[in-house]
Amino acid sequence: MFSFISQTWAVIVMNVRSLPRRLWMSLAMVLANAVVVAILLAFLAMDKGFEVTLKGAGSDDVALFLRGGSAAELNSGLGRDQVNLIATAPGIASNANGPIISAELYVIVDGIKRSTKTEANLPLRGLELTGIEMRNGFQLQEGRMFTPGTNELVVGQGVLREFEGFEVGNTLRIGKSEWRIVGSFSTGGNVFESELWADLNVIQSVYNRGSSVQTVRAKLSESGQLDAINAYVENEPQLNVDVQTEKAYFAGQSKNLSYMAWFGKIISAVMALGALSGALNTMYTSVADRAKEIATLRTLGFSTGSAFLGTLVEAMVLAMAGGLVGAVCAYLLFDGLNASTLGGSFTQVVFSFQMSGDLIAQGMKMALVIGFVSGVFPAWRAARMPVLLAFR
Amino acid sequence: MTTEHLFDLQKVAKRFVKGKDSITIFDNLDLSINKGDFVAIMGPSGSGKTTLLNLLGGVDQPTEGEISFDGQRIDKLSENLLAKWRANNVGYIFQFYNLMPMLNAARNVELPLLLTNLSSSERKQSVATALELVGLADRAKHMPSELSGGQQQRVAIARAVVSDPKLLLCDEPTGDLDRATADEILKMLQLLNREFGKTIIMVTHDPSAAKYANRTLHLDKGKFVDRELAA
Repeated sequence: MFSFISQTWAVIVMNVRSLPRRLWMSLAMVLANAVVVAILLAFLAMDKGFEVTLKGAGSDDVALFLRGGSAAELNSGLGRDQVNLIATAPGIASNANGPIISAELYVIVDGIKRSTKTEANLPLRGLELTGIEMRNGFQLQEGRMFTPGTNELVVGQGVLREFEGFEVGNTLRIGKSEWRIVGSFSTGGNVFESELWADLNVIQSVYNRGSSVQTVRAKLSESGQLDAINAYVENEPQLNVDVQTEKAYFAGQSKNLSYMAWFGKIISAVMALGALSGALNTMYTSVADRAKEIATLRTLGFSTGSAFLGTLVEAMVLAMAGGLVGAVCAYLLFDGLNASTLGGSFTQVVFSFQMSGDLIAQGMKMALVIGFVSGVFPAWRAARMPVLLAFR
Repeated sequence: MTTEHLFDLQKVAKRFVKGKDSITIFDNLDLSINKGDFVAIMGPSGSGKTTLLNLLGGVDQPTEGEISFDGQRIDKLSENLLAKWRANNVGYIFQFYNLMPMLNAARNVELPLLLTNLSSSERKQSVATALELVGLADRAKHMPSELSGGQQQRVAIARAVVSDPKLLLCDEPTGDLDRATADEILKMLQLLNREFGKTIIMVTHDPSAAKYANRTLHLDKGKFVDRELAA
């Protein structure tokens, strides 16, 4: 066993040291792997960033009420009577002012993207101060909170970053009204940072919505416990609502967009096939280039296993090198990159690409699979190399 | 068969199939080689010299017949057992040295020792001794490309003897060297034969090289004539 390890190690060292003889082919293999891994990681980082942005917004402490059958906030609608009934539901936390609920209106306004200078939808949310208190991680970054009853709004950090003209102090014309931006806020990088917030009553009035809202958020008295509310909703014939925790709602929204990761995986798989054929060619060339050396070692008594493993490890080392280059490039190019895309309510969700250890591990796994498959067949050829070649 | 014989070949045949044709290299070949012999095998191109060397070295197997080494049959061993047998018993010296270009002289010499259970320090000691023996102790760290042809062949000899095999097989060991360097190499082989008791079988075209051997076999069209017997 000791002998097998030492001879295999020697073959690996020789193979790796002979790489400069096949520099360009080896570099091509490294590069092909790097591109495949970088593209895979870019999609995964985008997916992860999007997922974190949405899931990070959801709280288990908050129940979200939508009109029955509504898939998203935009196509929900609740009248004042419905809000009043929700307020009397059991399982909702209370304070001195009564049940802690926030009725919210959600309308779409236009924004100009900094990156493409094109128009995109942004959500303008009308809410009360109770609703702001329900947002975990809310922090006013600049300026102040809007004054209820005025045409003032505060803007999320994501909107500020990705869209033009939302700087604090600016005045905006939205529809027929002028709005003053009086502050900016963050909510820890989640989806709420892609929104503009203003006073509920003002939005209802400007958009002629009367007293109707689109969603109601309610603070739960017991985290994650919807049983009492569900029973109440089922037994109250005047109520036509679906209720779920805010966390479950956003998890569902992010699931709807999980196609991004799949799209990335499919593109990477197709590219991996290309990289694989290049890598196979490189490795077969490597075996041909080292044919006399392999045969000489076999003549000296080196085992077929060492010839096999030496070639396989060479392929995996090249693939790993490519994977590492790809991961480093993807990290430098994409980690923290801001982007926005259409979310579940036809509005832009601003998010940051997020690279993480587990994503890089997925990229390296892909590189290793390419390395293994591209190495195993040439390695078999190396192991079966006729010993007599040493004498030619 | 006596234990004085290192090799015994009985009725050895070797045929190659090429398409529908069968080419016979040897048929009914008998040969004995004693321990401690220095045998030169000569003959024109295509006479079967290298094929014979390959059979003796266990890198090729006969179509028929028996090959015994030190009383043990080697003609039926599997590929991996033959590799082990070569590692334990045979040192090879090639016409074009066959050094690993990416390893320095010492690392090249160390290769056969990687097939043993010697520790790193024991291997280093053996490598130093072998390089000393061939007069290249001061070139241990040199790469093959930094050595002359003669020096490369001396490194190859050090590699062949470092694990102390009973048998040295030399395939045209001076074929790529000038006369003076060839004589140096041949004297070294003679020393290994006389002082260290190595059995040496050398294939050569060169009659001057064959003079260093104590027995010369002439091979022609798959049959060889022992000059001593012929005389």
